[in-house]
Amino acid sequence: MMTSVSAEVIAGAVDVVDVRDLVFAWPGQPPMISIPRFQLAAGERVFLQGPSGSGKSTLIGLVAGIHRPTGGQLHVLGHDLGNLGQAERDRFRGEHLGIVFQQFNLVPYLDALANVLLPLTFSSQLRHELGGVEAARNRGIDLLSRLEIDPDVAFRPPSALSVGQQQRVAVARALLVRPALVICDEPTSALDTSTRSAFMQVLLEECAHQNAALLFVSHDESLADQFDRVVNMNTFRDGQGLFR
Amino acid sequence: MMLAVLALRSLWSRSVSVLLTVLGIAVSSALIVAVDRVRSETRTNFTQTIAGTDLVVGARTSPVQLLLYTVFRIGDPTNTIRWVSFEKISSHPKVAWAVPISLGDSHRGFRVLATNDGYFEHLRYGDEQKLLLEEGELFGDVFAAVLGAEVAATLGYQIGDPIVVAHGARDDGLSRHDDHPFRVSGILKPTGTPVDRTAHITLTAMEAIHVGWEGGVRTQASMAHAQQALPDLKPKTITAFLLGLDRKMDVFLLQRAINTFRDEPLLAILPGVALQSLWDLFGTAETALVIVTAMTMVTGVIGMVVGVLATLNERRREMAVLRAVGARPLDIFGLLLFESCFLAAVGVVVGFLMLTLVLNLLGAVFAQEFGMLPSAGFPSSREAVLLGVLALSGSIAGLLPALRAYRLSVHDGLHAGG
Repeated sequence: MMTSVSAEVIAGAVDVVDVRDLVFAWPGQPPMISIPRFQLAAGERVFLQGPSGSGKSTLIGLVAGIHRPTGGQLHVLGHDLGNLGQAERDRFRGEHLGIVFQQFNLVPYLDALANVLLPLTFSSQLRHELGGVEAARNRGIDLLSRLEIDPDVAFRPPSALSVGQQQRVAVARALLVRPALVICDEPTSALDTSTRSAFMQVLLEECAHQNAALLFVSHDESLADQFDRVVNMNTFRDGQGLFR
Repeated sequence: MMLAVLALRSLWSRSVSVLLTVLGIAVSSALIVAVDRVRSETRTNFTQTIAGTDLVVGARTSPVQLLLYTVFRIGDPTNTIRWVSFEKISSHPKVAWAVPISLGDSHRGFRVLATNDGYFEHLRYGDEQKLLLEEGELFGDVFAAVLGAEVAATLGYQIGDPIVVAHGARDDGLSRHDDHPFRVSGILKPTGTPVDRTAHITLTAMEAIHVGWEGGVRTQASMAHAQQALPDLKPKTITAFLLGLDRKMDVFLLQRAINTFRDEPLLAILPGVALQSLWDLFGTAETALVIVTAMTMVTGVIGMVVGVLATLNERRREMAVLRAVGARPLDIFGLLLFESCFLAAVGVVVGFLMLTLVLNLLGAVFAQEFGMLPSAGFPSSREAVLLGVLALSGSIAGLLPALRAYRLSVHDGLHAGG
């Protein structure tokens, strides 16, 4: 199985996410989402908003390869996810995407650096691409310092880190694999205002530095103006009139 | 970092509960091996109570009863057999040796067995072991007594101590052969067999002390004769005798000859066969032990599964993180299965080491108390199988939490509690 990313994606000629008439439904239930068209260009930063239950999480699950589309097309980095099996999608996600959750991003029994290096556990391809474990480790330490995590903090367990530090470690992990796309699911909702703006600053900086597109889901509209584009889940719904 | 390393780190982070789980499995595997060892050693001990004797001959009765009173000194002989029968059969050309024994008297709760020196020469127990003296000597004179280890230890006898034999199996203090005290001449080493609980005297002395007791109680008249008639005192009857043959293959031939003996009704039994059928009477006890062993096993495994399952809910978040960085649900399955296998394997090994340690520390006490020393060493192939089965059933039971984790990780995807 190939999960490599073609030169066109890297060069920006192909969209990072390309959705046409995407439908997803649990078996025997009405569609959770139905999206006629959605694109995310290379390096683009998109702010995805919408009320609870509007299908944001489902869309993330689809793009991340957790769920398989029920209908329509879903291309991520040039790969037709609808045609990949579960294991292939899992591997694809591990090797090419970075994901940051709202909170509890870290495995509690691993120190910060081990958490950053976690993707290596599930892909020998990745270990190879990053130039071996030692090179990956150096990259992890480098990423942590760029995200303003002190080297001594890198060897502490998550329980010894502040929530803000935990979220930045999660960003370092997301960026470790040189992803073309970083998906953030409300990464700031557990942070207070001052921590939040610091977090947003390093996140956007690093995504730009790594040339990664950013799909950012949030309720917090005050963050929206830091993005290239704002997409509301309701536009999909209104456009089609299909939805519940 | 490999998946196994991840699993080990995860276990390490929960070291206290992991330790308890391992301990649970360790205790049950130690119990399993201990119970099985006691069971098999009891059996071996039992079926080797008498060895090297080809036939046991007594008055006609059931084989088990003959075995009970000749070998185990349990119950009373149904009848005696005539000395002339013994002489006749022991002179049979195929007989290598014959040892007469006479039972009926006791000493302070221990049975008294009258025999001759041939008894100590020919009787074997266990793995063809001879009876050996701890101290003193065998029958030096007619009124010498050779005590089993337990008799001497319980009653505190030393070489040279006088002892008085009571008439009958129960010493009511009324009918004692106190006119003929014996002297302890030797004390045997412990054997773990009924020999330990037996006081041995000479047949001649047995005959002598019963002169004048023909009616079961003492009559004044004939008492005086005993001592002087001693040298040529030959027993008229004995209880049974043990036979050894030159060639083992003649045993059935001789058995049939004895069982069809014309002069009086006799029964010859192969002790090994009779011991086996006697042991089979205890079959239910053995089955019970096996069941206890199996239950112990089940308990240990359930404890482990509960231990692993209990952690699953709080680990859903962790699994979602692993999924996010590329773990397949199958990886999650493998992670949990590895944990169970590891716990089971470590538990089994720790359990065996625990048992070995205990046996090494307390082995002497066991040998003293129960007359057997459960060997402390490498597991026998049977025990290895038992432990293997435990480890395997632990691993198989580990499929349960692993499957549950698999389903949770499929269901939760990236969104578990976050």
